[in-house]
Amino acid sequence: MDQLLQQIINGISLGSIYALIALGYTMVYGIIKLINFAHCDVYMIGAYIGFVCITSLKLGLIPALLIAMAICTILGVLIERIAYRPLRNATRIAVLITAIGVSLLLENGMILIASPQVRVYPQIDGLLAKSFDIGRITINMKQVLILATTIILMILLQFIVKRTRIGKAMRAVSLDTEAAQLMGINVDTTISFTFAIGSALAGAAGVLVGVYYNSINPLMGLLPGLKAFVAAVFGGIGIIPGAMLGGYFIGMVETMVAGYGGSMFRDAVVFAILIFILIVKPTGLLGKNVREKV
Amino acid sequence: MKKILKAKGFKMLTALVLTYIIIQVLVSTNIINDYMQATLVTIFINIILAVSLNLITGYTGQFSLGHAGFMSIGAYTCALITARIPTTWGFILGVLAAAIVASIAGYLVGLPTLRLRGDYLAIATLGMSEIIRIIFINMDDITNGAAGLLTKRFVNWTWLFIFTVITVYFISNFLKSTHGRACISIREDETASEAVGINTTKYKVMAFTIGSFFAGIAGALYASYFYVIKPDIFNFNKSVNILVIVVFGGLGSLSGSVVSAIVLALVSSFLQAFSDVQMILYSLLLIIIMIFKPGGLLGSRELSIAMLGDWRAFIGEKFKALRSRKEKKTTAKEDLDNDPVENK
Repeated sequence: MDQLLQQIINGISLGSIYALIALGYTMVYGIIKLINFAHCDVYMIGAYIGFVCITSLKLGLIPALLIAMAICTILGVLIERIAYRPLRNATRIAVLITAIGVSLLLENGMILIASPQVRVYPQIDGLLAKSFDIGRITINMKQVLILATTIILMILLQFIVKRTRIGKAMRAVSLDTEAAQLMGINVDTTISFTFAIGSALAGAAGVLVGVYYNSINPLMGLLPGLKAFVAAVFGGIGIIPGAMLGGYFIGMVETMVAGYGGSMFRDAVVFAILIFILIVKPTGLLGKNVREKV
Repeated sequence: MKKILKAKGFKMLTALVLTYIIIQVLVSTNIINDYMQATLVTIFINIILAVSLNLITGYTGQFSLGHAGFMSIGAYTCALITARIPTTWGFILGVLAAAIVASIAGYLVGLPTLRLRGDYLAIATLGMSEIIRIIFINMDDITNGAAGLLTKRFVNWTWLFIFTVITVYFISNFLKSTHGRACISIREDETASEAVGINTTKYKVMAFTIGSFFAGIAGALYASYFYVIKPDIFNFNKSVNILVIVVFGGLGSLSGSVVSAIVLALVSSFLQAFSDVQMILYSLLLIIIMIFKPGGLLGSRELSIAMLGDWRAFIGEKFKALRSRKEKKTTAKEDLDNDPVENK
């Protein structure tokens, strides 16, 4: 029982990170129907920016988080502007290949700049190094930090999407791009804004992963990226609460499988869940079936 | 006799024999050295992979990101068989078994997943190939886990040449058959082809099974030439590389796949010289090509002699279009200057 609770707590921390990444995937997919393979590398770059801020610039954690989010925002918008916008009317597979190209470029660019070796995040002392026990369960302050940051960011995101003009525009564009355009919504700006928000969340996830797991490397985005995408599909791609739900579920499953002896198979289990969900309910848990019109 | 000489197949055969002789001469005079021979073999394997993926993605329109998974099944099957029977016959048996096992896997994977469309299918196939890879890593007793298997080298490039020709010949003939036409109709419009009575699921699964059959052969050849296989060779990146070849050559163009397999292999072996920025240049090239030529090199056309003439005409047209566009731009600017309110 204790172990189960402990695994749940670990799962929530991992799930928060998947959820933050999955949100970027799901929003971009919802708005331009593109699996943005470069997204997981934005997350990797966020982790590196956090690393530079904390080690070289001697900043605290919160400023590092904010700076990483800001730079990732700019990066996301730039990627969209340079690589995806010229292909707005091209086939989807062409855009997908471009996304893979951008992903390779970011990974190998980072290998060239920062060398392929693993970097170790500095241990943060003070309050964050502490942990407290409830019964026999240990809760780490880092885990509290991750959960708190994720919840704050998600509330912020919900506020932006549901209560602001640009959020309304985002929802309109993802529902029907052409109709939105006819209603006078600037589609290009809206898409840029979507990339900006998604990348900011990925940047935050990058720094949090660095703090939580301590080690980062240029290819760290690949597997979490795929799993976050699985999470987005699980919850119903294009649906924001779905991505959160999927992220927490995948994180939980992964820690459970790893915790109960199947650590070699934890990735396989995640993908098996993906395939199961796709076959049983392709639109995801929260997705609605849309009838195809001829 | 004259008829035979004029037949299209005969011309093709002559071209193939000539190609073979030229490469053979280059190899025996050592102009193509061992290193370049490895590139040559990579080209052949990539052609088999790209052509078989093109059948699935380019012609049938089913977006697969898991081709490397089937390749790995073929590679392991062949390596395990040749380890038991280390003769040429063992190798031939291995290739056959590899193809059959891979196609069975393709059938089993395809049957449930091909009900999905577009990106969902892509993700499902990606998941499948990752699962296959993880299973290979964990089957320590048989596959030696992450360290991989060692076999002997059984093939030289002649074998690869023969298998490549067979693959391209088979797939191009398949596409000209009723079944092939049915596959193409699914790409064009799935709902419409279902409405005229084509059993879309059957043909999608058929294309997928044939595609994985040849992916299995490619894997077997890979294992028999490069004699080291480990699960990490057949990861997500490998699938992406195959897809890149197909898209770069043009979805729905077999000759496009052949040409782009050759071009990309030459480009990457040329980039070896700049090894630290190799992948950066490669990815930049990929982005630039996709932005400026999203349909790939050949689009959905096939390479032919008549096309060379078309190209000349096409380039001429492009020049004209460019010139007229420039003129239009200047006039448009003038309009803007004259009447800023209306243009707003």
